[in-house]
Order: sequence, then structure tokens, then C-alpha cells
Amino acid sequence: MHPVLKTVLQRLGLGMITLFAVSIIIFSSLALLPGGYAQNILGQGATPELVKNFNHELGLDRPASVRYVEWITNAVQGDFGNSYSGTTGTIKRSVSAIIAPRLYNTFFLAATAAIVAVPLSLFLGIMAALYRNSWFDRIINSVTLTTIAMPEFFIAYILVYVLAVKLRWFYPNSTVSANTPFLEHLYRVALPALTMTLVIVAHMMRMTRAAIINLLAAPYIEMAQLKGISKSRVILRHALPNAWAPIATVIAFNLAYLVVGVVVVEVVYVYPGIGQMMVDAVSSRDMPVVQACALIFAATYILLNLLADIVSIITNPRLLHPK
Amino acid sequence: MSAIQLETRLIKGRRTLWQNIVRTLKASPNSARFGMIVMLIYALCAIFAPWIAPFPEADTSAKGMLPSSWTHIMGTDQTGHDFFSRLIFAARNTIGIALITALLSFFVGSTLGITAALQRGWFDQGVSRVVDAFLAIPVLIFALMMLSVIGKGVFNLIMILALLDATRVFRLARAVALNAVVMDYVESARLRGEGTRWIVFREIVPNILPPLITEFGLRFCFVFLTIAALSFLGVGIQPPSADWGSMVAENKSLISYGYALPLYPAFAIALLTVAVNLVVDWFLQRTSGLRDGK
Repeated sequence: MHPVLKTVLQRLGLGMITLFAVSIIIFSSLALLPGGYAQNILGQGATPELVKNFNHELGLDRPASVRYVEWITNAVQGDFGNSYSGTTGTIKRSVSAIIAPRLYNTFFLAATAAIVAVPLSLFLGIMAALYRNSWFDRIINSVTLTTIAMPEFFIAYILVYVLAVKLRWFYPNSTVSANTPFLEHLYRVALPALTMTLVIVAHMMRMTRAAIINLLAAPYIEMAQLKGISKSRVILRHALPNAWAPIATVIAFNLAYLVVGVVVVEVVYVYPGIGQMMVDAVSSRDMPVVQACALIFAATYILLNLLADIVSIITNPRLLHPK
Repeated sequence: MSAIQLETRLIKGRRTLWQNIVRTLKASPNSARFGMIVMLIYALCAIFAPWIAPFPEADTSAKGMLPSSWTHIMGTDQTGHDFFSRLIFAARNTIGIALITALLSFFVGSTLGITAALQRGWFDQGVSRVVDAFLAIPVLIFALMMLSVIGKGVFNLIMILALLDATRVFRLARAVALNAVVMDYVESARLRGEGTRWIVFREIVPNILPPLITEFGLRFCFVFLTIAALSFLGVGIQPPSADWGSMVAENKSLISYGYALPLYPAFAIALLTVAVNLVVDWFLQRTSGLRDGK
């Protein structure tokens, strides 16, 4: 077998094992309170019969291993069970049905932010590396350092304050529904997307700059410079091809970060996404929803990191020509 | 005779700790000085909050939504708390909890990390694999999930974040300790028959301290921001305790009416993280001799 294929397959296998381990952690965290969950929901005054009935109704009285296998096989097929809230009567609300439209909204927001942020930060990072220690580099550096140190909701509220309340260019709340037209949707997510763009551009740009500067110290770059070719050619033809691996890692890392940052940003803008849903579910202790959201977030996070690893394996020329 | 004279002429008195501190501070760049001054002000606010703040933490005797005046410098919030006093008391709660969490995670993480580096074998393998699984979950998501399982509350918050952060500290502590364990000075200490305690505290720990201290600064920022985010989301520090994150959340509706009030606590959070980062940067440059840009 080709060594690259072998490494990729190994990495894929490792990713699957990680996913499995994470799903077990997510599942078993619920079991940390054996029997205590019903007590918590029903209150201290609940009779043992009531607790027993409650557990039986939710299927919590079966062994954990059985429940795990059932949960994960259903989850893989997109069925996350029924939400605890509103299951008191005969009406059952399927978690997947609640999540699906919100997942689309979150994906829409994250994709908008990523489409703007990735090219912008690569461009800024390369420029900063090219003209390092110039005033351009210094300004960009201090701005990004400050942005990184700020909580997302601070950046978000500054933007709301200035762009939505004072200048009235955007709406302070990004309420959308299933039948919002595409362009209207785009306009309404502009502000949350801008917030997330600012946060991840700061991270990504700094990492790109560091990766390029790291490369510029390599002997073959010195060689290229000594040959007398232009600065931009050194960067584009000699440094950049070797920088793809670290840059891919940076992009995936930041897209994974987008997954987490989305929670706070959605709450700020009251955007009906999966992050806001998870926060609501945490407050009402709606376990199936919390678990479903946690699994989706964690899986996205792991898969993006996996993707970064695979890209860096594939683009690494040293692995393509093994000795 | 002359040799003794020469010796007395050459030997200078050792610098005292205080002299060393002054010397180091004099050489610090402006950014780090700014960071240290900000940190000092925050620390003073946190420690002396009851004496600095004009009103007690949970005082609601004033009317709600008062504009800023001489008695209430920043006005009052919806329930009639003096906003400025809450801001000062929040320094105590938010920073205090973040500090306890960071210290706890450091204690657990570095103890496990150094032990794993020393022991190797099954202990190292076991802990490392568990940590790997935990590292694959974003902290905020996991913290949200755990808080929904075991319930809100300061104690739970500290425990969960400390546990999650300890996994990150473990990774670093193990990596730097592994580099130190194979050093000749550790080997020679072992050969002269020193016990494990000596090897850990006199040989390994002093040598891995600089990266650990840097990491502590960054981890503190991270924990601090996570706590602020969780409080903002309503599952962190609970009222009536004053806290910057929840202060933003409680007053966020004011933004739509054009008041900048909710921005103040958010700014307080941002300023402290920037300050800590500046100091950490300086420390990093000093200890590693690393110069950005070469």
C-alpha cells in the first residue's frame, strides 16, 4: 500500500476511535447522576413511584450499555430521540425535527463567516509576513492581539452598539425563519457573521504570519533570495507551497473554533441556531437535546481537525517520496 | 597574600531579591508595564472591594434604571443595584473564581503530567489516552453539557472547568517534563541516590517552571473568558453575586435603546485579558530569548 494512503487511513481510524470515545464521554456524563436526574426534575417531594414511572417512561431504568448502543445507532442515522420538554402528554417532540432547521441556520452563519474570513486572513497574514516589522505589520499585530483577548460578546455588542443602534445599518437582532428569502437571510446574518469573522481573522492571520515567517528562515528561502529573484516570487513560489500544511491546520483549527464561538454569538443576536438551542436546553435540562447538540459540535470539531491532519499529510512532499 | 586581596576585590555582594525585582522591572517594555499596572489595579479592586465601592454588593435600596449622577456614577440597573459598585464587586467574584480554577487545574494537571513523565508505562498511556479524548471536545460545549447534568453553581463551575483545563495543562506539563527527565542532571541526581521528591522538586520543577508559568497566564485568561462566557449565557456565576459576564447579560436590552452601560463590564473583561497577555508576552520573550520576526 502507498505510504501516504496508509498514513491517511491510520489517521482516519484514529479519528473514528476519538469520535467513539467522545460519544461515550457525552453519554456517560448523563449517567453521573444515577436516579438523581428524575429527582432533580420532579423536585424533592417526588414519591419513589413517581420517580420510577418517570424513569420508565424515558427508558432510563434499562442498563446504560443498552441505552448507549441504542442512542448511538439512532444518532448515526440522524435520530436523537424525543425532547424531554413537552413529553408529558401523548405529544412527543423529536429532537431531530427541532434541530434540523436550526442546524441549517448555524451552518449558514458559519459558512458566511468562513467565506469572508479565510481569504481575508490568508491575505493579511501573508502581507504581514512579507512586510514584517513595518507599520502595517505592527498595526495589524496589535489590533489582532486585542481582538483575541476580547470576549466574543464584547465585540458583538460593540458592533451592535455602533452599527445597529447608532448608525442603524443593520438590525440588532438576527431573527430569521424558515421562509426568509436568501438575500434577506444574508443581510440579517451580516452582523453575527462579521463578529465571528473579526474573531477568527485575528487568530488565523497571526497563525498564517507565524507559519510563513517560520518558513522564511529555511535555507532554501535564503538560497532563492541569494539567486536574486523578487520578494513576491520568493513568497508565492518558494514559501507558500511549503506553507500549505500549516495553513490548512490553521484554517481547520479556526473553523473548529467557529463551531464553539457560534454559541455565544447566536445568543447575542438571538439567532435561531443550534448554539442558542443548546444554551436553552442546558437551562431547562433537556438532556436529549443537550446530548445531541454536544455530539454534533464535538463531531464537527473532530472532523475538521481530522481534515486538517489529512490535508497536511497529503501536501507534505516528504511523505510522498519515502526513503 | 595578594591572591586573597584579589578575591575580596572581585566578589560582589549577591543581589537581593528586591534588587533583582527592581532591575527586571526597569528593563521591562512599556506594554508589559501597562499590563502590570492594570493587573495591580484589578487586584486592588478585588481585594478592597467593600472599602472602594460606594454601595454594598446586593444593595437594592435605590430606584431601578437611574441615570448616572454624583451618587450613582454609572447609574443603577433594573433591580436598583449601583452599577459602579457591582462592577467593583464583580472583580472579586469573577477574578477570584477564575484564579481558583486555574490554580486547581494547574495543581492537578502538572502533578499528573510530571508523574506521567517520570513513571511512563501504563500510567502515562492510560492518562494520556483519556486526556486525548477530552481534548477532542471544545471546552465551552463540554462545560455547558456538564453544567446541565450536575446543575449550576459556583462549586460545580470551578470543578468542571478545572477538570477540563487540567487536561490541557497535563499535555504541556508532560511534554516539558519528558524533556527534563532525560537530562544528565536528573540522571546524576538519581545516581547520587536522591529520592523521587528531590528529583521532582529540586531538579525537574525548577527547570520546567518558565513554560509552566507562561501557560498559567494564558490558561488564566482562557478560564476567565470561559467563565465570563458561561455567566453571560446564564449558566455560570448566579445572581445575586455580581459578575461581569452576567452583568452584560442582565442589561443587554439597554443596548438597543442606545445606552453603552452593558459595554462597561465587557470592557473590564477585555482589558484584564489584554493586560495579562501583554505581561505573558514579555515573560515569554525574557525566558525563551525568543524574538518575533528574527
